[in-house]
Amino acid sequence: MIDKILYYFEFPLVRYAFIVGLLIALCSSLLGVSLVLKRFSFIGDGLSHVAFGAMSVATVTDVTVKQVASGDNAFARWLTDVIEKTNSMVIVLPITLVAAILLLRTGQNSKIKGDAALAMISVGSLAAGYMLINMFSASANISGDVCSTLFGSTSILTLSLSEVWLSVGLAAVVIGVFLIFYKQIFAVTFDESFAQATGVKANAYNLLIAVITALIVVLAMSLVGSLLISALIIFPALSAMRLFKSFKGVIICSAVISVVCAGSGLIASILFSTPVGSTIVTADMAAFFIFTILSKILRRS
Amino acid sequence: MAEQLICRNVTLGYEGIPVTKGLDFTVSSGDYLCILGENGSGKSTLIKALLGLIPAMEGEIVRSEEISGGVGYLPQQTVVQKDFPASVREIVRSGCIKKAGLRPFYSKAEKALADENMSRLGISELAGRCYRELSGGQQQRVLLARALCATSRILLLDEPVTGLDPRAQGDLYELIADLNRSGVTMIMVSHDVSAVRYASHILHIGSREQLFFGSRQDYLNSRLGKSFLITETGSDSEAREEGTSAAAPEEPEKSGVSAKTAAAAAAGAGVLAAGIGAAIHAYVKRGERNDR
Repeated sequence: MIDKILYYFEFPLVRYAFIVGLLIALCSSLLGVSLVLKRFSFIGDGLSHVAFGAMSVATVTDVTVKQVASGDNAFARWLTDVIEKTNSMVIVLPITLVAAILLLRTGQNSKIKGDAALAMISVGSLAAGYMLINMFSASANISGDVCSTLFGSTSILTLSLSEVWLSVGLAAVVIGVFLIFYKQIFAVTFDESFAQATGVKANAYNLLIAVITALIVVLAMSLVGSLLISALIIFPALSAMRLFKSFKGVIICSAVISVVCAGSGLIASILFSTPVGSTIVTADMAAFFIFTILSKILRRS
Repeated sequence: MAEQLICRNVTLGYEGIPVTKGLDFTVSSGDYLCILGENGSGKSTLIKALLGLIPAMEGEIVRSEEISGGVGYLPQQTVVQKDFPASVREIVRSGCIKKAGLRPFYSKAEKALADENMSRLGISELAGRCYRELSGGQQQRVLLARALCATSRILLLDEPVTGLDPRAQGDLYELIADLNRSGVTMIMVSHDVSAVRYASHILHIGSREQLFFGSRQDYLNSRLGKSFLITETGSDSEAREEGTSAAAPEEPEKSGVSAKTAAAAAAGAGVLAAGIGAAIHAYVKRGERNDR
């Protein structure tokens, strides 16, 4: 089995998948603790649906622009080229960012409104996205496209080097921001009114959390697909909270769980050729069970 | 005694609509001011104004040099905090957040300040414990220590005894009075009449305006004070009962909703992942019931 793993690791695509997968898992688990504690567990789910909608808009505009620019002149060729290179990130990222900011804004004042807004936006963009793809897509295998966006499929194993660098850069930004503002994130998560009263700009940090969440969601779409993203965000945090009693302990444990699960999930999915996203999430669930049982045992003894 | 905080004919409100008018009072160093008022009388608006989070619509709020660094604040407990996995030490240190500025970690002096305040409130031996495992009274001590880390000049306490049992309420009032005797100015917002006993000054606000400001003795002798003390409660213990029962209903409901949100998010992803999400959901639910 080790031979088989080593054999697979000779392919650069597999190595890329590992680098990106582990980084995404790390980032999402760091932020997950804060989101779960702030009662924003569903934000990842909602945002990923928005990202799905945005993705279909990107696919559709891609197709229509290509049709418009199908002439045989230099400009048309240049345009098609540019569209193919920039991929959908340019459209997906800003839309998701805006949605994240709007959602966390409304969530602050009235709990119920924020809840309803989240449900509305997430279901709405899911429906609109699927409709757009069905109406305008030129692809022969629409349901295959949709399925791979929702569940990640194998796109993690087809990353190009530039995409890897983009992911590494974004992950570095997320981790850096988290380390630098660790104190403030703790203060804002634990007690927003105290933080505000002592002169911490709580709203600015909420905005920061929203922006980072959106970044992670867009990044993680290629790993586990848009439907399973919230699993990456909440499972490690919930498992860590079962055992650890300090914020720092929970954060570190959650990061470790997430990275280990993502790594073992990726290896398992290569060995048994299962879908990457659901294998990782299954590993996360297993970790959750183990930690729950452990906490029960420790409490009893 | 040096004046720390002066409100001169202040009107407060949101978006041009006044909530309270004619607030006119002075807090001097070492005072213990108790702010009384019914629900909806603008107490929380006044707190925000004293903290400097909203400006006065009319009049002015003057802060002395001594407290320009901010006011130590003990907010009401939120649902989020009830099951928060953080050690007491981490929470008390977070009171130093303004002193630390943008430095990523706390300095030695700030850590020492946190330790000092923990021993001042008698919670040093709890430093490594988890916040969610403490009793209500201990939790309030932790939050008081955190507020003292922000400043030891003046504390603003927002209904500090809400949700505590009578004995813990008494202990907390004694502790606050002790802190006050050691020179910390106290401003306490409360609808609990037994708070009056410890205060040196009373500010009573009605539904639209200030009704009374003066020393405790004057308040007890005034018609307003007498009628408030009698009609509101009759006796201290009843007031406590009222305070706790009024606060109780909203909290379990909120935590129920949010716990469900978390569990449902977990379960939703689980179903899609392997089809055994339902089992997890049941498991999570059962776990939560056990926890309660």
